[in-house]
Amino acid sequence: MPYVIAESCIDVMDRSCMEECPVDCIYEGSRKLYINPYECIDCGACEPACPVEAISQDRAVPNGQEEFVSDNLRFFADPLPGRAEPLGQPGGAAVLGPVGIDTDLIASYQRDG
Amino acid sequence: MNDPRIAVVGSGPSGLYTVAALLASGQPLHIDVIDRLPTPYGLVRYGVAPDHAKMKAVTRVLAKPFTKDNVRFVGNVEVGRDLTHDDLAACYDAVVYASGTERDRCLDIPGEDLPGVMGSGEFVRWYNGHPDAAARDLSLDAEQVAVIGAGNVALDVARVLGRTADELRDTDVPARVLAALARSAVHDVHILIRRGPADVKFTPAELFQLSELAGADVLVHDGGDGIGDPSLAEDKRVRLNLKTLRTFAETPARGRRRRIHLRFFSRPAKILGADRVSGIVVEHTRRQARDQAAGSGERFVLPVGMVVTAVGFRGAPLAGLPFSAAAGTVPNEAGRVMAGAAVVPRVYVAGWLKRGASGIIGTNRPDGAETAAAVVADLAGRAVPPRPDVVDLLGSRNHLPSDWAGWLRLEEYEGALGAADGRGRVKVHDLESMLRSCTTPMRQ
Repeated sequence: MPYVIAESCIDVMDRSCMEECPVDCIYEGSRKLYINPYECIDCGACEPACPVEAISQDRAVPNGQEEFVSDNLRFFADPLPGRAEPLGQPGGAAVLGPVGIDTDLIASYQRDG
Repeated sequence: MNDPRIAVVGSGPSGLYTVAALLASGQPLHIDVIDRLPTPYGLVRYGVAPDHAKMKAVTRVLAKPFTKDNVRFVGNVEVGRDLTHDDLAACYDAVVYASGTERDRCLDIPGEDLPGVMGSGEFVRWYNGHPDAAARDLSLDAEQVAVIGAGNVALDVARVLGRTADELRDTDVPARVLAALARSAVHDVHILIRRGPADVKFTPAELFQLSELAGADVLVHDGGDGIGDPSLAEDKRVRLNLKTLRTFAETPARGRRRRIHLRFFSRPAKILGADRVSGIVVEHTRRQARDQAAGSGERFVLPVGMVVTAVGFRGAPLAGLPFSAAAGTVPNEAGRVMAGAAVVPRVYVAGWLKRGASGIIGTNRPDGAETAAAVVADLAGRAVPPRPDVVDLLGSRNHLPSDWAGWLRLEEYEGALGAADGRGRVKVHDLESMLRSCTTPMRQ
């Protein structure tokens, strides 16, 4: 059961979690960070690192934010807008650098309030 | 000009994250990772519970430095036995101790020395097939067991005792351990927690995992105080733990073979027994000021035949290094070892030996980066003298270290053992066989 990043990361992207992740599997889009479910080892280091409590286990995302579970997967499993290939398992965010693109859901996301 | 030579003592997460950060600095360096065992990964191999297989996948990342030509694994070499600190100081321009905190903290209560009482470190090393525990024949013939502590290690111990043999079959525990766990007589595991539900240090996901045991019910004994309202908790971890505890409390027992009891506000006062453990006296505690709980005088006895203490770990003093007996760590500033107010030149610490035994695997990544930054900063612009190769030094003493290729041979052999038994991997757990596998290529 991997960890996922939900709504409260959008336009915040504090990145503290990226430093804590022992396998460097948290990748940077344009508005939000995404945890790679293929690479996550379920250790939970990221969860308390997040200052806006955006991270939880996939079974425990806040009510109404279930779509972020599949969206985290989509970031890696499907080609991102403007790309031909999916990201898959790049083997570390430090190697890859910021991706700078978001999924369709996040690119057009309107935060409440 | 010579490249600086760096020794990292210990190949667990703290040592290997330090190595990764040293490599990321881009400086030309030669790094030797020295371990007393022929196997790398420290507590990932010998601490992480066998049913947390996915967490062990962190080795994928930890192994990366060993693909570089300038990083060597020097295994089966114990500092203090095969090498002194002075040897290291002669062979290296910087020495990073990342050898962890292997000693169990004590309870300091009567009866603690009785047979049947053991530290969690000892128990964990046993079920994880650590060569130090290989000779140990542990028969789990007690029907009731007390586990003392409120952290993830206490949960690991309780979970392993609560698992069915079927649940543990597809793990890497040695065959002998699996057989002992399959024969286990344990029915009731009592986790004794001195303070209340909001004070525990459990990682929420690990507490939740107790509900996933196939053959055990989870019972919460809140000490009469109630569990507390999750929505009032400020800290997310506390909120999630309270929520999980409420779910446990609301789930009726299903009459399963085993029961795991979470006993809050319970302090062990005395361990009973003539020649081995026959019970434990538990005293109720009451909440005082925040973070405090004092004994209430109300006592009861649990008829346990085994006690596992999981109240933390401390480091052992290392010859030639300062040591804080109170903290069980080596005094340091950002990883630089300190003797009083003075920096001890060229000597560093990382991981639990540096900051105490807390945190999870990921905590070691920034921690190792901090120590590596200190090493790199101190080496900058310094000319380094030519130095002897530690492997030659060991050779002159007729001590043959094992290397990375040796570990890969052992790993392959463990994979083959597992395949032969329909399991993923089975650990080899006595040192002699481990070393033999390291030096003997498998027959094709």
